[in-house]
Formats: sequence, structure tokens, C-alpha cells
Amino acid sequence: MAGPSSSGRYRTPMSRARGMGASHHGVGHFITERVSGIALVPLALWGLFAGLRLAALDFDGAAFWVSIPHNTVLLCLLIVVALIHLKGQVQVVIEDYIPDFTTKTVLVLANLFVCVLGGALGVVAILKVAFTGAF
Amino acid sequence: MTETSGGLPDRPLSPHLQVWRWHITMACSILHRATVFALYVGVLLLAGWAVALASGPDAYACYTGMLGSFLGKLVLFGLTVAVLYNIAYTIRQTVWDAGKGFTPKIADMSGACAIAFAVVGAIVVWVIAAQTGAL
Repeated sequence: MAGPSSSGRYRTPMSRARGMGASHHGVGHFITERVSGIALVPLALWGLFAGLRLAALDFDGAAFWVSIPHNTVLLCLLIVVALIHLKGQVQVVIEDYIPDFTTKTVLVLANLFVCVLGGALGVVAILKVAFTGAF
Repeated sequence: MTETSGGLPDRPLSPHLQVWRWHITMACSILHRATVFALYVGVLLLAGWAVALASGPDAYACYTGMLGSFLGKLVLFGLTVAVLYNIAYTIRQTVWDAGKGFTPKIADMSGACAIAFAVVGAIVVWVIAAQTGAL
């Protein structure tokens, strides 16, 4: 057999016969992780600053602070971007270490549902406080 | 070409804790994955904080009382370390993506810097918290 090209080295005979190649979705996952990671550098630093401010405030102070538009937006962005980033990171860990198809699929979906539910609850709660002043 | 007895080529494996010799770059990688799970819980705690704030003064006092307890503060300090470590690690990975910083000496040094930044940074944040009445 002639020396295989590096792209063919990890192909099984079946996959070579099918000739389908990779799913071509991997680049999107990679870019999502990198871009969300870079976006989180300033967002997370702001999050620490926000935590310092909020910890020194009581209920009324915190509700007012959250209702200031740039704080509302940055808090929502922090939650959404962090969950997009962490969902991808945790999914990679699951895919790396859980070989069983059913267990892996259940965990990947559970990870997605937890992130969407947590993110939706957080964003709606922040918007409610911002729009109604936490009654 | 590396063929096993089953006719399938060898595939690359993810590193497992049991079979890798301890050195700083692998410790950084494992610490990164551990802090990802910590931050996963941390973002859900942040979403929970927003829900408590939207639920009114009683729920908020209960939630912040929980976060302000000794155990709560311990968790929050750990999360501060995890946030700062992930910020440093993301910058390190972005440099790697540019194809730089892979020599063993530089990789060891950037890993040690990331851990030092996280620990020192967290202490600085909590000293600021103590001085601004956030504790």
C-alpha cells in the first residue's frame, strides 16, 4: 500500500468506502468556544466588579443597580455568553470520557437543557427587576 | 500506517488522570476542566441570585444570607479563583491558537503564571471587598 496521506490516517476502511469525510461542523464549535472565551475576558472581569458592588448593597440598592441599563445588559450578556461557553466546555468533557452512546447522549442533552433553563430564568429575572423595579 | 488487529487504525485518546505523569501543563489542563465545572455551578448561582432578587426582599435576604455564610463565602472565594484562572487560561489558549508559546519552558511558565494570577488576583479582590464593606 502506498503511504497514506495524513488526512486518511484516522479513517476506518468503512468511512473511506463511504467517502463522507468529517461532519464539517467542528470548526463552528471551535470558533464558538474561542469567541465566547475572548468575550468573557472583559465580561467576567466586569462580573467581579459587579459582585463587589452588589455585595455592599441591600435589596433596594441591588434592585436599583440592576435597573441601570448598562448593568442590565451586561448582566444578561454575562449569563448568556458564560452559559454558551460553559455548555460547550462541559459537552467536550462528556464526549471525551463517556464512551457509551446512550449515556453520552442523555448527558449532552441534560447539559443543554440545564444551560437553557438556567439562562432563561436568569435573564427573565434580571429583565423583570429592570422593568418593574422588583415591585 | 498503524493498523491494529481489527483492521482499524489507532485513534488519538484523551488524556486520563490515571496514566499521565504529573507535570505543570497537565495540572493546568485538569485544573481548567475542574474550574469549568465550578463556574458552571457559579453561573447557575448567579441566575439563582437574579431569581431571588426578582422574588422580593424576603427571598433576597434569604439568598444573600446563604451566600454570606462562612460556607457561602468559601464557595464565592473559590469561584473568584476559578474566574481569574479561566481568564488567564483563555488568554493562554488564544496565544496557542496563534501558534505561539508551545515550547516546554514557555508553556510551563505561562501555566505557573495563570495559577499565580488566579490566587493573587482572588486575594486582591477579597481585600478590596473587605475595604468596601462588601464582606
